Amino acid sequence: MIVLEKRPQPSKAWSYATPLVAVVATMVFGGLLFAILGKNPIEAIGTIFWEPLFGEFAFYYRPQLLVKGAPLVLIAIGLSLGFRAGIWNIGAEGQYIMGTIFGAGAGLAFYPMEAWFIFPIMIFAGAFGGWLWATIPAFLKVRFGTNEILVSLMLVYVAEQFLASVSLGLLKNPEGFGFPGSRNLQSYESAHNAELIAGSGMHWGVVAAFIAVIFSYVLLNRHMLGFHIRLTGEAPRAAKFAGVNPARLILFCLGLSGALAGLAGMFEVSGPSGVVSIDFNVGYGFTAIIVAFLGRLHPVGILLAGGLMALTYIGGEIAQSQLGLPAAAIQVFQGMLLFFLLAFDLLTNYRIRAARSEVA
Amino acid sequence: MDLGEINPILLVASLMVAATPLLLAAIGELVVEKAGVLNLGVEGMMIVGAISGFAISVETGSPWLGFIAAAIGGAVLSLLFVLLTQFALANQVASGLALTLFGLGFSALMGQRYVGIKPPSMGDVHIPLLSDIPVIGPILFQHDPILYVGIAIIAAVWATLKYTRVGLILRAVGENHDAAHALGYKVIKIRIIAILFGGACAGLGGAYISLIRVPQWTEGMTAGVGWIALALVVFASWKPWRVLLGAYLFGGITVLQLNLQAAGVAIPVEYLAMSPYIITILVLVILSADKSRAPASLGRTFHASH
Repeated sequence: MIVLEKRPQPSKAWSYATPLVAVVATMVFGGLLFAILGKNPIEAIGTIFWEPLFGEFAFYYRPQLLVKGAPLVLIAIGLSLGFRAGIWNIGAEGQYIMGTIFGAGAGLAFYPMEAWFIFPIMIFAGAFGGWLWATIPAFLKVRFGTNEILVSLMLVYVAEQFLASVSLGLLKNPEGFGFPGSRNLQSYESAHNAELIAGSGMHWGVVAAFIAVIFSYVLLNRHMLGFHIRLTGEAPRAAKFAGVNPARLILFCLGLSGALAGLAGMFEVSGPSGVVSIDFNVGYGFTAIIVAFLGRLHPVGILLAGGLMALTYIGGEIAQSQLGLPAAAIQVFQGMLLFFLLAFDLLTNYRIRAARSEVA
Repeated sequence: MDLGEINPILLVASLMVAATPLLLAAIGELVVEKAGVLNLGVEGMMIVGAISGFAISVETGSPWLGFIAAAIGGAVLSLLFVLLTQFALANQVASGLALTLFGLGFSALMGQRYVGIKPPSMGDVHIPLLSDIPVIGPILFQHDPILYVGIAIIAAVWATLKYTRVGLILRAVGENHDAAHALGYKVIKIRIIAILFGGACAGLGGAYISLIRVPQWTEGMTAGVGWIALALVVFASWKPWRVLLGAYLFGGITVLQLNLQAAGVAIPVEYLAMSPYIITILVLVILSADKSRAPASLGRTFHASH
């Protein structure tokens, strides 16, 4: 008989080890999955994790790591603050879309004027779009006690419809021969989020992601508000006695995560993607949830987890073209990672003991 | 624009069809939540049910076997939720999200070979006399059998929760798991059964979309129905018959907006398409004032050591 014994203190060692154990377990079971699909598991795992970093074309893939990782880290940092306080924003995908629409819309409004202030305005507009979209569930929760999980998620579907609407109407390229989608921001210099060093993948979104990591680290460890966030998550009753204002916390956590998701969308549309189109969003908002948990809701952890997840995206694409591995297999692979992570987390809080069978 | 083209009889009849996936998923989740567990993986279980049901009915040619497979598929996926939340004592919100993310990917993987295929059709029930009544006949008595199964499940859940010992124990576990444990009830065992039931219902709901409502397989075809089902449970204040009412209300909105799209109303298609989601939010806001009906232990992890 195996029994679980609650640890008096969560194990530090296990809290660092679980993400690694989860990654290894995912590789093993992912390999099994690939084997079932008729692919060589060693080759497939190798392609996903090795090829983008050290393979023949690594010079091309390495910059991609920054491009894919930046939005994931940016969104996940925002989500992690809320998750720590038990505030569940799972509609980051919608906030990402609204940031895109607002950001790109602000830029295109100036077309074809060229000026230095256009890009900063787009940054503000993008953050504002995401903030606005996240503030809806925050406001409803504060004012009416509405469940933020469901509202933020419903708003993803609303945002997707908005995206379809603007790519076919408001933001449609007038010189696009009737095709849906906006003007390409890459060819509009003042609005282009260009690489800061050519060929490095480093654009303003990557810079913003690094700033967000540092900002969130300082906030959580050195600031009263960060302390309140942690306190609310770990001991809600103690937080009440300590005078934490829950309404302010909800508005702050949701609003900030929305603004960061909006920024991620804005940097994506003005840089790597260039065009507002119906299928613009690819699920970064949902994958970021995995990133946040994989990084143990810790800023540095999220940075590493974002890199790893970006690796599975890029490696997955390589495996898709070279081995014919279906795109959905990578999605399953990422889902599995979250499963194993949550399962192995047991070891952080509980000790597993063999016990003699006895009457309880 | 021609609103005259909308046939009210067809509208109400298709409303019942549109409501059924929602109804099945929501009644399953209601039982899960009554047992004190919050499973946010409804969307994932539905989509896995949708593809399991679709694949099996295409392979065997029998929609009935398809629905059985869908229920099993949904339940198997919910077993992962059981492992995470009941044995590994993981956070229920995170585990539910994991279930949905995994389910969406897994179903896309399983469904690759089934895109663009038409499933065997189930055929409608024809009840002599009743089905032939004008107006009421086509609205109420000319549907596929699963629609009636859905209503029967609602009735069964209502009766079980209200009149049986099993229902009482289930509610006790959901209201106060520590007290239920002290009384000698197997909290974990009861919750596992409830979660599996919820998974099976969600699976059925998913298969109803892929086999009857659409009928076709496309990736991510549940399009948030699972999440609306979660909202519906709140809307229903955890009461079975109100789930039915709510599902028909949402079904009605969905069908109406589709009809308005087809009739070419001056409102852009995208704005009509977002209406069910916006109305869900509005309803949640109106009803969230009353939290007293929620099972007291909802979402809390149980471990006998406490």
